[in-house]
Amino acid sequence: MGISKILVANRGEIAVRIIRAAREMGIATAQVVSKADHEMLAARLADEKIEVGPAQASKSYLKIDAIIEAARAVGADAIHPGYGFLSENADFVDAVETAGLTFIGPRADTIRAMGDKAAARASAAAAGIRTVQGSEGRVDAADAANLAARLGLPLMIKAAAGGGGRGIRVANTVEELERMMPLASAEALAAFGDGGLYVERFIERARHIEVQVLGDGKDAVHVFERECSLQRRRQKVWEEAPAACLLESVRAELCASAARLAKHVNYRGAGTLEFLYDELTGEYFFIEMNTRIQVEHPVTEMVTGIDLVKEMIRIAAGEPLSVQQDDIVLSGHAIECRINAEDPHADFRPTPGRIEELRLPEMSHVRFDTGLYPGYTVPPYYDSLLGKLIVWGETRAKALEKLRQALAVLEVGGIATTAPLHRRLALDPDVSSLRVHTGWLERWLEDRPLEPAKLAS
Amino acid sequence: MTLTTVPAPIPGVFYRSESPDKPPFKSEGDAVTKGDVVGLIEVMKTFTQIEAEEPGRFVRYLVDDEEAVVPGQPLYELET
Repeated sequence: MGISKILVANRGEIAVRIIRAAREMGIATAQVVSKADHEMLAARLADEKIEVGPAQASKSYLKIDAIIEAARAVGADAIHPGYGFLSENADFVDAVETAGLTFIGPRADTIRAMGDKAAARASAAAAGIRTVQGSEGRVDAADAANLAARLGLPLMIKAAAGGGGRGIRVANTVEELERMMPLASAEALAAFGDGGLYVERFIERARHIEVQVLGDGKDAVHVFERECSLQRRRQKVWEEAPAACLLESVRAELCASAARLAKHVNYRGAGTLEFLYDELTGEYFFIEMNTRIQVEHPVTEMVTGIDLVKEMIRIAAGEPLSVQQDDIVLSGHAIECRINAEDPHADFRPTPGRIEELRLPEMSHVRFDTGLYPGYTVPPYYDSLLGKLIVWGETRAKALEKLRQALAVLEVGGIATTAPLHRRLALDPDVSSLRVHTGWLERWLEDRPLEPAKLAS
Repeated sequence: MTLTTVPAPIPGVFYRSESPDKPPFKSEGDAVTKGDVVGLIEVMKTFTQIEAEEPGRFVRYLVDDEEAVVPGQPLYELET
């Protein structure tokens, strides 16, 4: 079942990334656009474009019927969902397959199983992977209070249907727990249409480590891990591969356990298992699985040489995995910085607008995945990711040095971006020596606000 | 009494109420005092409250709920 034309059901840099992969495989592309996105780079690069609705994502990129209709209209035989939007929507997968088209991603039942965070924890436990101590499944306020007595506090309250860091609360006392549970449930219901909650032990000073996996529905491999501990409001801003803080023995065990889980669920496509790593005890705990390509996938590509997007397309076309576990070898170190349309000098206020100038670092071992071009106007309707600067070095120190050089050249003129934040982070002693955890960046921003005078670079 | 139209200060998606199940911030005839929230504009997933800069009596919204707006586009009518 070959694929001859892919409908790209996303926008921005990931749409460009998918088009490039398809083109190199000799596959035609059709790009969906909202009314506000006719001038985006992906719309210019694709073989054709088709409008699916107005600017608001809820009426265009999230509209299942409109996307399926677009695929029919252009004669596409497969749909790549990218990340966000409909990428983890099992009903969308059903609709794609009912229409006789190929969904480039996991099966609907896998997405359903992993999308319910409480069920995903159970799957992990069944595959022999430790999860953060917490509830067996969904809980009410009384169950949570009992767990607090057994596991201790603080506890993290999470939405069973949640994701993207939304709807998470940390309770430090039983009173807080009792007060937060109904609020969290109401919030989860509003955000995800499901008020179900579960609770977990809150690990302070944890690192966020995630393992990339690939599966063809029968066999599965891991493609090593990434560390994404630098986060603001639970959104990643800087990612690395591999996780330099891990001992080799821990890395081997962690990655093998992720591949085991992927195999246990007969995983098809590219996916990521997220873990918290407790550096004090050396323990790691499964938190959730993302059943899609992730924003930070390029760092894995840089250290393994595997093109994850092409691999997804091959798998969707019915081919077996092109690599065996033993063929996948780590080489060097890669770092990615997310360049967002946000002003780090003004509390990360969004900054849509016209790109007047674009100077990219044309250097060896540097990659810039973006949807920008000079003269492009970044619309206000979607997320703020403009591009991703990815660098590679033989060692982490060399990668950091390369990153500083690349950031010195990179210039996005016309709007404020997060590039100045990354210039500062790349020079920070804690970042250089890996003394970070998931709460580090927010504390750093509180202690040392970025002052414009210091950032004249 | 003069009728003024108040423009959108920033681009984004306009919301008449705090959430779909809540009533609109203002209805016809409501008194508006300076600083009252009249709507929300979502820019890149960040919500900004649109506050009244002058007092008056609310007449009507000039854009639909969840409509994309550009800076300067008339948002609502106010009788001052």
